[in-house]
Amino acid sequence: MSRPISFAHAGAVWRRNAAMYARTWMYNLLPNFFEPVLYLVAIGIGVGAYVAEMAGMSYAEFLAPGLVCVAAMNGASFEVTYNIFVRLTFDKAYDAMLTTPIGPDEVLIGEVMWAVTRASIYGLSFFIVLIFFGLAPLPHALLAIVAIPLAGLLFASIGVAFTVRVPTIDVFAFYFTLFLTPLFLFSDVFFPLQERLSGIWLWVAEALPLLHPVRIARHAFRGEASPILLWDFAYILGLSAALLLSTRGAVRRRLMS
Amino acid sequence: MIVRLCGVTKRFGERVAVDELDLEIAPGICFGLLGPNGAGKTTTLRMIYGATEPTGGRVEVFGIDIAANPRAVRARLGVTLQDNVMIDPLDPVENLKVFGRYHLLREPELGRRIEYLVDFLELGSHAGVPVRNLSGGFKRRLAIAMSLMNDPELLILDEPTTGLDPAVRLALWAKIRDLRAAGKTVLLTTHYMDEAQRLCDRVAVMAGGRILADGHPEELIARHLARQAIEVDCNGDGERRIRAVLPPETRHLRAGGRLILYVDDASAVTPQLDGAAVDDGCGRTIRPTNLEDLFLHLTGASLEGGA
Ligand SMILES: Nc1ncnc2c1ncn2[C@@H]1O[C@H](COP(=O)(O)OP(=O)(O)OP(=O)(O)O)[C@@H](O)[C@H]1O
Ligand SMILES: [Mg+2]
Repeated sequence: MSRPISFAHAGAVWRRNAAMYARTWMYNLLPNFFEPVLYLVAIGIGVGAYVAEMAGMSYAEFLAPGLVCVAAMNGASFEVTYNIFVRLTFDKAYDAMLTTPIGPDEVLIGEVMWAVTRASIYGLSFFIVLIFFGLAPLPHALLAIVAIPLAGLLFASIGVAFTVRVPTIDVFAFYFTLFLTPLFLFSDVFFPLQERLSGIWLWVAEALPLLHPVRIARHAFRGEASPILLWDFAYILGLSAALLLSTRGAVRRRLMS
Repeated sequence: MIVRLCGVTKRFGERVAVDELDLEIAPGICFGLLGPNGAGKTTTLRMIYGATEPTGGRVEVFGIDIAANPRAVRARLGVTLQDNVMIDPLDPVENLKVFGRYHLLREPELGRRIEYLVDFLELGSHAGVPVRNLSGGFKRRLAIAMSLMNDPELLILDEPTTGLDPAVRLALWAKIRDLRAAGKTVLLTTHYMDEAQRLCDRVAVMAGGRILADGHPEELIARHLARQAIEVDCNGDGERRIRAVLPPETRHLRAGGRLILYVDDASAVTPQLDGAAVDDGCGRTIRPTNLEDLFLHLTGASLEGGA
């Protein structure tokens, strides 16, 4: 359907989730916040004590910008996989929405907006932790905040495209262990990819989604700019838009079966 | 017409859930859609409010083609789903707020509307209790309140009173009558024939995705069955003896150990029944034929004879 999307109605979908988390944040939002903090402490400060330097800085400093993006990635991913699936099949929240002027497009947009919000909550709170640890060189590191909603948008788009095509909730285990975990390990977060890969592999690595927000955050932390960042922005926005457009039909079929 | 379905079909793979359905609902009435489990009632409702696309045919609501403009149609109707859908950790007022925003209601109208609905459906006593701690009857009232959030012209209720105790059912019937009296059109499904008979100006009996009969409840009963029903406890042998003494075209239905006979004048056949001597006449019940008899007559597999 080429009917124009109603952003006001998408906003109502967003408000539904916001209202729910405003009540349950202690159990639903707080636990995931600790994850990147634990990585920072255990690996950055623990393992980092045995690493003289990485890419010209302390290991904790190297780790910091990547983990900001990981926090955002996890927040968005959790929301658009398990939580959307629960709302779809167990809570039947979308059945209720479809009795109102809200349509499948508004559900998709509202859910992605909410996932970006959740990603931003995690990314920003972790960023604040970094400031406390003195690991975010101010003021230029503040520019890395741009990478947070971008990582959220990217992983919301990837995850939702997966979720609407998934038959059972068990399949998400594969998504997390075979897709997100390798991304987390091999996307320039823990070691400088440029120094470990060469030739064609450097080009192949450009396909990894997490690499792009990480590179944006890393440049901001270093206070540098580079033309390659334009490619990173284009990758994130382009892939997100392409995935969302191609998921529209699947969302419609899934909600209106 | 508020609702008009023309040749509407819905297939799920090979299974035909709704089969070439034609249906018209006039404004201001209470219309009951009856049918056994799996008859296609919920699927029909979903196509009416545009949550499912028909495989074939045309659905118009308020004269608008639902496929062309679902948003305009859904702004003017309200739906109570078969299962209560609400946010468990939130209380009734918070749930109503979330739902009101689906219709883009804002303060102060939002608050005013909630206040009215809390009062109308008597939700005040537990307005601040998380929904997960509420009784089934309270949740059902809240579900109906949610579907009234946008002051709809057409109210669609999918099994509004299933699983509720008699007092709650009576209270809900009164509310549904109030709404109809206020000029709203009501479309409901139910498995309770007494509910349909008391509430509905028109009913349609559906099975296998088709409408088997529709009309005013009393007219429908009169059209298909005799005026009185005689229930007799008897075994197969007793049944044979009774049928031997009654006119062969007499309709009857067996429900477990009970035989139901449909006759226009029960007193006229009492002597024959006494003569058949299958019972002492004490366990015999004579009552007016009701919608349940019609329903069983139209959809029941165990009905034999006559038809
Ligand atoms: N999404 C679906 N996918 C596949 N089959 C479906 C789907 N929804 C309904 N059906 C099938 O369509 C038929 C009609 O179902 P429907 O829910 O409309 O019946 P109903 O009259 O509402 O029944 P009940 O009284 O049990 O609520 C059933 O055979 C059901 O299994
Ligand atoms: Mg149903």
